Amino acid sequence: MSGYVVRRLFQSVIVLIGVSILVFAIMHLVPGDPIRQALGTRGTEETYLAMRERAGLDDPLVIQYFNWIGSALTGDLGVSFRSGQPVMNLITERVPATVSLAAAAIVVALLIAIPLGTLSALKPRSPMDWFATVSSQAGLSIPDFWMGIMLILLFAGTLGWLPSGGYVGLTDDPVEWARHLIMPAVTAGVASGSIMTRFVRSSVLEALGQDYVRTARAKGMRARDVLTWHVLRNALVPLVTVGGVQLAYLLSGVVIVEIVFAWPGLGQMALIAVESRDYPLLQGAVLLFAVIFLVVNLIVDLAYAKLDPRISYEQGAAR
Amino acid sequence: MTSERSGDVPDDEQLDTLPVAGEKHRARWVETLHLLVRNPMAVASSLVLLALIVVGLFGGSLAPYGFNEQFVGDQLESPSGSHWFGTDDFGRDVFSRVLLGAEVSLRVGAVAVGISLVAGVLIGLFAGYYGRWIDDALMRFMDMLFAFPALLMAIAVLAILGRGETNAMIAIGIVYTPIFARVTRASVLTVREEVFIRASRSSGAGDARVIFRHVLPNAAPPIIVQTTISLAFAILSEAALSFIGLGTQPPDPSWGRMLSEGRGFIEQAWWMALFPGLAIFVTVLAFNVLGDALRDVLDPRQRSALSGKGAAR
Repeated sequence: MSGYVVRRLFQSVIVLIGVSILVFAIMHLVPGDPIRQALGTRGTEETYLAMRERAGLDDPLVIQYFNWIGSALTGDLGVSFRSGQPVMNLITERVPATVSLAAAAIVVALLIAIPLGTLSALKPRSPMDWFATVSSQAGLSIPDFWMGIMLILLFAGTLGWLPSGGYVGLTDDPVEWARHLIMPAVTAGVASGSIMTRFVRSSVLEALGQDYVRTARAKGMRARDVLTWHVLRNALVPLVTVGGVQLAYLLSGVVIVEIVFAWPGLGQMALIAVESRDYPLLQGAVLLFAVIFLVVNLIVDLAYAKLDPRISYEQGAAR
Repeated sequence: MTSERSGDVPDDEQLDTLPVAGEKHRARWVETLHLLVRNPMAVASSLVLLALIVVGLFGGSLAPYGFNEQFVGDQLESPSGSHWFGTDDFGRDVFSRVLLGAEVSLRVGAVAVGISLVAGVLIGLFAGYYGRWIDDALMRFMDMLFAFPALLMAIAVLAILGRGETNAMIAIGIVYTPIFARVTRASVLTVREEVFIRASRSSGAGDARVIFRHVLPNAAPPIIVQTTISLAFAILSEAALSFIGLGTQPPDPSWGRMLSEGRGFIEQAWWMALFPGLAIFVTVLAFNVLGDALRDVLDPRQRSALSGKGAAR
């Protein structure tokens, strides 16, 4: 096990170094001078020179990379071209909004996946199974930005039950926080829920065919108890993997949902950075997202290996 | 990788024309087609896609009006006999624009997937076939690309290349390359040690010939499945990028762009957002359903492997 952990950690570090080089390259791959691009017609020659100096663009590339990554490791991601504020502060301000959205979305996804996947596995080829298959296909294919707009039309426009967008902090007003969160969470959670539904279905089907389930039934255990204590407990272990990957995706991939619902999260910030050619902010956001993605995937892999003793660590390492 | 020609082993030309192998190959495809035709979902999705391709190719002739034709005084008209899907804020016919948008979506989707297919398959073939350090180097690089969430990576690429349809194709193509590389490599690893590959190698065939004549055709089924599913997500990605203003630019009728324009008029003109979104949904659904049916037939082992990266969304 420890060999596997070390190997997996080593692999992640290598990937992370590569990722940091790719992110660093963003500013240098932009055709022309990134600072001139960012300034456009605004700014004087002094501003330009000051920004260039601050970004260290006159140093050799290798030195620039090591300066950048060295600062990043201490939590300094540079200064935003647009606002002049430290990128780290801008990111930290937006973390709560994105984390609450991703967490709520994964709850929505689980609320869809566990009942729907279990019911369809309990009666394969039944109308329920057919409904689960069709709805998970539909959930996977529906554009989240379209679903968001349609939900706004229905629940904010026609019915007037929910606000059409915006964010209220949990500590400011918990009720309003929840009301603002419902539509974005449903919009972001449906696709993940659809993927997880298929996973739960195949997992439960597999567990239902196991000897220990037959034994439990043969002992005369009630069907509901067999399902709760034997089938689901075993079938849902692999859900950690899929759920974790989906959480990583949601933390870093809810760009569109944030835009549709004017949700002041990290995804929205990344898009603002692109539009205003704020390269340090974009680099900071992309690096953070990639790190979240890698770390969550790493935790999921390690947790899965710990949770399911049947996993062969050698195989896992060869991924 | 090449080995000496042996008199007992059939040479490569002979291997290619072996009647049994050829018949087996044909029989597999006929069987695949039979299985697909028996699946009503596969038939329905194929028909939808066929209709979409016809619309994509001949949308200009089928559309009642030009995509940029403006009817002054008819702005934001609700659906009617003369404008089936209503009109937008410029008085343009939404139905015509949705029809013409099919061309943009299919074109961007096909070119983007074409880029990732060629790049990913080549990388996967070389990594899987040669193994060792080539495999390590190529696949670690793919891991790096895979560490970025798909849409965010496309956005970062567009931040470098600049917005627009062509760059969106390249960005989506780059994003999906690692998936093709992984799928191809995995498939090549299972094929690489087959007897006919070893026979071909020992008959003196060069690496390129072995790879492209023998390994690739036999490693193809999962790649075909991946292509179909990737088309769905490439179309979805194009729509998303156009929705946020980075993909297709106005006045071209991209579905994502139309949806973004419709969003501003959602209270007055729901039709502006409803129909382009429905078009994206139906297209993506058709590719997904067909991809699933193909997977069942061609690559049943992969059925439960849809767990990665939000199915690449």
